[in-house]
Amino acid sequence: MVIDDWLFELLWDFTPLILYHGFGMDPIIEGFRRAFSLIFTLDPELLSIIFLSLGVSGTALIIATVLGLPIGALTGLKRFPGRGLIISLLNTFMGLPPVVVGLFLYLLLSRRGPLGFMALLYTPSAMIIAQSILAFPIVAALSHSAIKKIEPLIKQASLTLGATPFQVMITIMKEARYGIMSGVIAALGRVMAEVGAILIVGGNIAGYTRVMTTTIALETDKGNFELALALGIILLMLSFIINMFLYLIQKKGVVETAIWT
Amino acid sequence: MDLKLIISNIYKSYDRKPVLKDCSFSFDRSGTYVLIGPNGSGKSTFFRICGLLEDPDEGEVNYFSGVHILKRDIELRRRITLLLPKVGIFNTTVFKNAAYGLRIRGTKGPKIKEKVDKALEFVGLTHKKNQNALTLSSGETQRLGIARAMVIEPEIFFLDEPAASVDQENTEIIEDIILKMKKEERSIVVIATHDMAQAKRLADWLLLMKDGKIISSW
Ligand SMILES: Nc1ncnc2c1ncn2[C@@H]1O[C@H](COP(=O)(O)OP(=O)(O)OP(=O)(O)O)[C@@H](O)[C@H]1O
Ligand SMILES: [Mg+2]
Repeated sequence: MVIDDWLFELLWDFTPLILYHGFGMDPIIEGFRRAFSLIFTLDPELLSIIFLSLGVSGTALIIATVLGLPIGALTGLKRFPGRGLIISLLNTFMGLPPVVVGLFLYLLLSRRGPLGFMALLYTPSAMIIAQSILAFPIVAALSHSAIKKIEPLIKQASLTLGATPFQVMITIMKEARYGIMSGVIAALGRVMAEVGAILIVGGNIAGYTRVMTTTIALETDKGNFELALALGIILLMLSFIINMFLYLIQKKGVVETAIWT
Repeated sequence: MDLKLIISNIYKSYDRKPVLKDCSFSFDRSGTYVLIGPNGSGKSTFFRICGLLEDPDEGEVNYFSGVHILKRDIELRRRITLLLPKVGIFNTTVFKNAAYGLRIRGTKGPKIKEKVDKALEFVGLTHKKNQNALTLSSGETQRLGIARAMVIEPEIFFLDEPAASVDQENTEIIEDIILKMKKEERSIVVIATHDMAQAKRLADWLLLMKDGKIISSW
């Protein structure tokens, strides 16, 4: 009896602690369990959010590359008045805070804004525009510096072998391909992880403009950890894959540059 | 042999320091010209001007076909070539490096293969044709530079120090290539070097660069 009493008292004393720990750990473990089950059962909501994310960021990346690569090539290959200014601007905009982009784009696209008539606010198109603006300076500035790094010898070699000015340009860009690719991938990494701009202009509408990062922000706020965790895990995996690519490309570039000199 | 180059009274300075002063010469017979001169005498400058990479400050650089002066356009540039002391290898295979001149001229695949294979055979790089050209040794790089220029069959071929920074064995290989080229081609080959013995081995005509002029030839 004495022992029982003692045990009872011990348990009684520690109950709050046990309860605290029990209830404290549970949601996290439970959250992970449900997150993995969402992932492994290929939950339709989860999938549609992932596909929208990839669609928005992928389209933005294509637009940013189509616009940014020629600017990078032009500033990397040609000297003209205002070139230094363009390069400084690009470098500044590389670190543009996404919420600032979101804010300005919101003001432009809101119903009373100058582009309000296009009714783009709270659509995936607005999100694509926002991410294109974020990705563009990265693609342009990094391809500029990749092209700049190509030895003048390459230009001279192609000229002496009979290349036209356009062919010289293509040759230099081909030589800079690894640097250009790293720029594009770095831009993808940035827009995939970004939340501020698309939250403002996309509005986080379920089934329409809700992407991985904005869902994580919202569901965490609401205390629904399982979807947030599942998306967090996938975002982490995607980011890992993107960075693996970046690493491999940069390594290839470095090895080949090392042989160069 | 149709193409000739006549240089008349050219001047060239860098930062007000004259390098070429009233320099004239005519390349009008097929064969090998070797230009010798000490470091900094202006050989490379002269070559870059002849190869149309740079313009002289004064004087004329005229390519002739018969009695006609040719326009300095892409068509003319494609009839001559200049192999620079640093070759400027493209980051791709040996084969694709050698094929570059033909590819930009729009030559068809099978023809490219035939000509490139022949040129790589000529310089002894057939076994390396699928290797990345940036992994070649300096001697092999120089030989690839020669092959890459040969495939475009230039009528005038300038080689600026083709055997600089290359060991004895590769120097001999490169000299052999140049001697073989002389036997096979009926074009003008101009080589810059500061190795007198090498100059004598290769030259039909020996030119000396001194005080910004080509002062003697024999
Ligand atoms: N782009 C340039 N800018 C400034 N100075 C130059 C430039 N190119 C050549 N020079 C100068 O012109 C002079 C002649 O150089 P060049 O390279 O033509 O000589 P070289 O005869 O080829 O010498 P080497 O035997 O060392 O190759 C040198 O004093 C060099 O410093
Ligand atoms: Mg020189």
